[in-house]
Amino acid sequence: MARIFMKGNEAIAEAAVRAGCRFYAGYPITPQNEIPEYMARRLPEVGGNFVQGESEVASINLVYGSAQTGTRSMTSSSSCGISLMSEGISFIASARIPAVYVNVARGGPGIGAIQPAQQDYLQATKASGNGGFRMIVLAPYDVQEAVDMTYAAFDIADRDRNPVLILADGVLGTIMEPIMLPEEKSPEEVKALKDAKRNWALVGHRPDEKRAMIEPGRFAGQEPANIENAKLYETWDKDIQVEEYLIDDAEVVIAAYGISARIAKSAISLLRKDGYKVGLIRPKTVSPFPYASFANLDFGKVKAILDVEMSIPAQMIWDVQYAVRGRCPIETTLRSGGEIMGRDQILKAAKELCER
Amino acid sequence: MERNLMVAGFGGQGILLLGKLLANTASDYTDKNVTFFPSYGAEMRGGTASCYVVISDEMIGAPLGDAMDDLIVMNQPSFDKYLFKLLPGGTLFINSSIVTAETDREDLTIVSAPVTELALELGNPRVLNIAMLGVYVGYTDILPAEAVMKSITELLSKRADMLPVNTAAFEKGLEIGRAAKK
Repeated sequence: MARIFMKGNEAIAEAAVRAGCRFYAGYPITPQNEIPEYMARRLPEVGGNFVQGESEVASINLVYGSAQTGTRSMTSSSSCGISLMSEGISFIASARIPAVYVNVARGGPGIGAIQPAQQDYLQATKASGNGGFRMIVLAPYDVQEAVDMTYAAFDIADRDRNPVLILADGVLGTIMEPIMLPEEKSPEEVKALKDAKRNWALVGHRPDEKRAMIEPGRFAGQEPANIENAKLYETWDKDIQVEEYLIDDAEVVIAAYGISARIAKSAISLLRKDGYKVGLIRPKTVSPFPYASFANLDFGKVKAILDVEMSIPAQMIWDVQYAVRGRCPIETTLRSGGEIMGRDQILKAAKELCER
Repeated sequence: MERNLMVAGFGGQGILLLGKLLANTASDYTDKNVTFFPSYGAEMRGGTASCYVVISDEMIGAPLGDAMDDLIVMNQPSFDKYLFKLLPGGTLFINSSIVTAETDREDLTIVSAPVTELALELGNPRVLNIAMLGVYVGYTDILPAEAVMKSITELLSKRADMLPVNTAAFEKGLEIGRAAKK
């Protein structure tokens, strides 16, 4: 297949359709508007449905409803819009319904800024709603990865019957790059995916059969449900994805995800040319987090970790600290509020640490 | 090799289209990596618009930035606002019809092209961006001119009546760019 030049948001939407997504509901917000725009045009072509909800709250609940019938369903928003969806996300996780949603993150808190940021990390990875549920959260660093992760997210959501979040940012949403698109699932395949959920989905059932998804009725009480969910979360070690880049001889290891990691990687190739031994650990799943990659570093060699994020204060640093447990200093270089990380800034910070 | 460009000017001058045509050409007609990143937000006609295009033989890490090899300024505010982003040794492309200020930086190469006037002479003020695209391609040879012309033709596939004036603007720009190189 030939490569195609696409905008991140549109590529995410196309990847979702190719994965068999047949329902999308959303409400406009910058910088992700091309996702609903694209879905509005594209979904009817494949017999799917697009709804512009009257709000984010409506949109996530429309997805909740659609996904209960076994249809692969998705919504997207940005930062403050995602916050409005928290209740619905928590309900979806509570009812153990597979759904995919995308956060094309912007600055915060509150209405923040419309420009790219990474200030939703803790919300995305630790508490996207009340009640202590967890999700697999995928953090792409270029458009190709956003496509591949979106495509895979639907399989993960179906496998676990749990929401999956794609944590992107305004750069990835609005940038255009050449990409390869995954194969489009045939109508038969899409139908088979839906049929496979007949044992739990609301597709018509006997009255004595209990399939209440809105007030989950599968359990005698809440605690057994929590216990079953916790068992699921414990199976996710196998789902950890991480890129370890030039860390074998590294004296300074950069910790970064998403667009910051991409910028860091280009800084590293310049640093290496000048003889600075700098590497990168890039979580591709930020939940589950690749703690082992940090815990297993050779702390006899590593002078410091440089945490690079577009968030002030830093957020992923909590996870890095948890893995490193004080065995080496962790410094930061940060931007925030819609200001994009500069390569020069990373170069400077990494050189200082190397020369320490 | 990696080369990055920022294009800036008034909203309505076709700033984003200029960048997109370059990026599209690189994607469709070469094996190079390319990124196109537009400024977004409350942009409007008469406001400012800008975009970044990076064309590279290797993976593109920083798709936008504060260290540009090339800068195209189509209006005075962009000149004032973005000149600092040009690296020493960088090339500044100026729409000399309306950008009149001069810089005291001596570490730059300046390519001037009166593209607003040129477009008016061709009978359509809107083709100034295509003229500047020609200047850029003619001066840098970053992409084959024929390939860029193919992208322009594709873009205008439903507006064939607009093709002659766009072709003329692009070729005129190429001439200016190539002459400036000598």
